[in-house]
Amino acid sequence: MKARVTVTLKSGVLDPQGKAIANALAALGISGVDDVRQGKFIEVNLAEKDPARAREIVERMCRELLANSVIENYRYELEGA
Amino acid sequence: MKASVIVFPGSNCDRDAAVALEQVTGRAPAMVWHGDSGLPQSDLIVLPGGFSYGDYLRSGAMAAHSPIMRAVIEQARCGVAVLGICNGFQVLTEAGLLPGVLMRNASLKFVCRDVHVRAEGTATVFTPASMAGRVFTMPVAHKDGNYFADDATLDRLEAEGQVVFRYSDTDGTVTPDANPNGSRRNIAGICDGNRRVLGMMPHPERAIHTLLGSTDGLGIFETAVATLH
Repeated sequence: MKARVTVTLKSGVLDPQGKAIANALAALGISGVDDVRQGKFIEVNLAEKDPARAREIVERMCRELLANSVIENYRYELEGA
Repeated sequence: MKASVIVFPGSNCDRDAAVALEQVTGRAPAMVWHGDSGLPQSDLIVLPGGFSYGDYLRSGAMAAHSPIMRAVIEQARCGVAVLGICNGFQVLTEAGLLPGVLMRNASLKFVCRDVHVRAEGTATVFTPASMAGRVFTMPVAHKDGNYFADDATLDRLEAEGQVVFRYSDTDGTVTPDANPNGSRRNIAGICDGNRRVLGMMPHPERAIHTLLGSTDGLGIFETAVATLH
């Protein structure tokens, strides 16, 4: 089973990288961009076949390592669940 | 005073920390590899600067979960003093021994230069209350030194006197211009509630000899020796 984890910055946390990307888009002449926020996308292949247990495992990995709850939120989806 | 320096893959200030510690204590610290699970008996544990685990995922995130950190956290909870410098500060926040997080510098640039920090007068194992207002010149060398915590946490840190150093100008005035990385409230160093765990972005171990341009960092190690002997 595959878990696709998305880690994003909480709102209110400054994102200078997102800002730099927004500036670069403007420099490319791509207009209409209000705001850019940069996050992380992590794919995890799990041996676990049971969706409920897989969820528990992914929750724990997000909480303990993949995201820092001070500044980041996470969400995930399970492929093949 | 018996000191231990933790060495992670990617640490690059571990030798500097060892030299500083030997200079003030007269004896070489134990160098402890990240894969070890036990620590020698220590009065002070130093988490050095560098790029542990290549800064993968987030600076300090991998190191915070390395085998030796279980022992460091246990020792810190028992009252052993811990000094985290630069990457060591990042590891301390990721390990939950200090609040907040060190984010990417607001400028997105690696900043490598001398800065001035003002001691806030917090009496810690490393800084006596009498240091209040003293301005230290020490180098910083980081890309992720932008201290962030939410307002409630920052207010609590201030109220409890856990802000130890702030970026300032040479007179000790805290200004936005003196802030090299965008840290909230110009915070350069904080301690835990017991005043025994200190995390700071500037490098005191690189300011211990006139040849290095500053001897201001010595006071921090000397205070530790005097308090912990």
